[in-house]
Amino acid sequence: MPIEFKLPESIERQLRDVQVIAEHVMRPDSRYLDEHEHERPWRYIHAMWPRMKEMERANIAAAKKRALKKQEALRAAQTNGHGVAVVEAPPAEEEQERESIANLSLIHMIEMLSWGDAGIYLCIPGGALGGAAIQAVGTPEQIERFLTRYTEGEPKWGAMAMTEPQAGSDTSNIQTTATFDPETQEWILNGQKIFCTNGKLALEESDGLVVVWATVDKKAGRAGMKPFVVEAGTPGVVVAKVEEKLGIRASDTATIIFDNARIPADNILGDAEVKTGVGDKGFKGAMKTFDATRPIVAASAIGVGRAAFEFTRDTLAKEGVKMEYGKPRWKLSAVQADLLEMEAQLRAAWLLTLKAAALLDARRENKLESSMAKVKAGRAVTIVTQKAVELLGPLGYSTEFLVEKWMRDAKINDIYEGTGQINTLIVAREILGYTRNELK
Amino acid sequence: MYSFDMTPEQKMLVDTVHKYAEKNLRAVYREAEESKQTPEKVVQMGWELGLLPGLIDAQYGGYGEYSALTSALYLEEMAWGDLGITLHLLTPNLFAIPIAQFGTDQQKAQYLSMFCGDAFPRATAAIVEPVVQFDPAELRTTAEKRGDEYVINGKKTYVPLAKQAELFLVYAQENGVTQAFIAPGNASGVKVGKRVKLMGVQALEMYEVEFENVAVPKANRLGGLKGIRIQRLLTLSRITLGALAVGVARAAYEYALNYAKERVAFGEPIAHRQSIAFMLANMRIEIEATRLMVWEAAYKYDAGEDATKAAYLAKTYADKMVLEVTDGAVQVLGGHGYIRDHPVELWLRNGRGFATLDGAVIA
Repeated sequence: MPIEFKLPESIERQLRDVQVIAEHVMRPDSRYLDEHEHERPWRYIHAMWPRMKEMERANIAAAKKRALKKQEALRAAQTNGHGVAVVEAPPAEEEQERESIANLSLIHMIEMLSWGDAGIYLCIPGGALGGAAIQAVGTPEQIERFLTRYTEGEPKWGAMAMTEPQAGSDTSNIQTTATFDPETQEWILNGQKIFCTNGKLALEESDGLVVVWATVDKKAGRAGMKPFVVEAGTPGVVVAKVEEKLGIRASDTATIIFDNARIPADNILGDAEVKTGVGDKGFKGAMKTFDATRPIVAASAIGVGRAAFEFTRDTLAKEGVKMEYGKPRWKLSAVQADLLEMEAQLRAAWLLTLKAAALLDARRENKLESSMAKVKAGRAVTIVTQKAVELLGPLGYSTEFLVEKWMRDAKINDIYEGTGQINTLIVAREILGYTRNELK
Repeated sequence: MYSFDMTPEQKMLVDTVHKYAEKNLRAVYREAEESKQTPEKVVQMGWELGLLPGLIDAQYGGYGEYSALTSALYLEEMAWGDLGITLHLLTPNLFAIPIAQFGTDQQKAQYLSMFCGDAFPRATAAIVEPVVQFDPAELRTTAEKRGDEYVINGKKTYVPLAKQAELFLVYAQENGVTQAFIAPGNASGVKVGKRVKLMGVQALEMYEVEFENVAVPKANRLGGLKGIRIQRLLTLSRITLGALAVGVARAAYEYALNYAKERVAFGEPIAHRQSIAFMLANMRIEIEATRLMVWEAAYKYDAGEDATKAAYLAKTYADKMVLEVTDGAVQVLGGHGYIRDHPVELWLRNGRGFATLDGAVIA
């Protein structure tokens, strides 16, 4: 595809629909839910659930098809004696067509929902990060068994539990263990996970699930890390705490304790075997999913930033401060120059995000691009929302407007899914061609 | 769609220009800067790439059509080679592009063919004025209609290659609106003054030019009765300068990156330290983001959409970016960056020019 900067018609249509929800369902509840931290945005949840069910149906069908092909290729490789020659078949033409804008479409939707409200957005029902992990590495049977719930009935949530009190950015340091009990053919999980988005919604308030990262062999380091599916209602799983936060207060951030929690043998995602050296695929797989999720966080950041920028611009316009495009710099007032800078920062971040998503859709390597987008978007939205509070004077700092909330909401985007610093480190290693030992 | 891949034709063109920049511009840029002269041979070789005819319609002797995007792609490569010589090479564009974009059929037929020949055309433009607060939309130079003529009065500066110019495109305000007029170099009242000395791009010869009661036939008003829209030309100028800024920044970033991997301090390459590595990472991010903003503006311009805002945002962003990146490159090299043995100090000086040159470069 040649260089093009044009929003596809189908995404434009979808955005009009999402904007109605953002404007009429999310915004009216923004302040209330910020002030009533652990209440749920039910109006939003019920508005999104039918849409998400439909989306999940399509995603799951496609994931199942891919998983089946992978399975067949693996079987063929095993029978021909090579054992390792797993070639991922390219998707069928029509599937390619449908998938070719899946990520682009997703980031547009998330940008718009976050423009509505970044905290409420996160309560989106569906498999979310947990579902994505199962779709990415699950067998056709696992996909069927775990994900069908997201296509029917009442709203349900999925979540991913990675972070621990002693393991934040250094995810390879996780202490939660998974031990296999050969007698009962079960995995036994023990440990504590924190900062799990939608953890309570997934485990206690719906028939959902959480994908939990645990080590099957501490000595093996990264190679021992494996993802496990823990379903709601599993004995020994307790949501011990729901965090109180600076922003995105409508979002549920849970601490989960696993106390001899037993799950079936085939709730492990991917290979159970520990292969050191070339084989730390489990960990690499987890890191790989960040290439897909970082553009999503970047998009969310930009949505909040756009909300703050547009509100500031429109409010100041009523006071007679107009944006001017084309004048020499010296003719702009300081406030006009600030507005311009805000808009340019957001555009810069958004274009990086679009590129990261487009590469993902084309199934091309995007590690560098997705980290660049994340760094830029996290930083841009931090600057933009802080500036918005400043430019709006006494009312900017007051809860009269939503900008002070947006500033608090925005900050999370520079932190989760890899802090700005961790992502800068990734960018630096990529451009320098350095390993994590060469550049710590 | 949103997609970011060059066409095979664009890729080929970019590769060709990159090779020219690497082999020719990089070989002479320091000497050109120090001697304040652009080597004629390098200019001729650059002209022979045929970039400008590639932007002109076949009916006027060219072999392409105008594409701001394709231009942006190769301009980055040229500026990566050297900004001063690039601006020399782009001087004829200052005359030809506005004619191609706004000229009447007769003006196009009369002038464009001279930009499709073998010889480097002696044409330039005069827009910038010697004032602190310069605004291309509010010029002090005036054009007054007297009978069948326009009479131009005013002082210009930053006029590239004015000394040998046979044709000037002079921007002047006519009843408060910026218009452009074609004036022959030998017209009475055209006074080429002293050479302008700038802090950077010193290989490029630029002059002060005074127009004193310079009378040109009314047929020399660019665009005839319709005239020009200066904001549209400024949009093109911003896209051009944005692309060039990305090229200069990329040169500085690449140089600093390689230096940081080789320079050893405290027993290991300085790039092993986050304080250096993070600077480089941020340079890369900002360069990439700016490039995409420039591409987007260029795409919009080519698609016939209003690109004013996109180009303005891109250029505003690029001005700051190129200064940060080139300054960062000097900083990464430390004391060595300050010494003229390395190119980064020159790139910093050149980088500073972008915020000043609005309107003065169009390609």
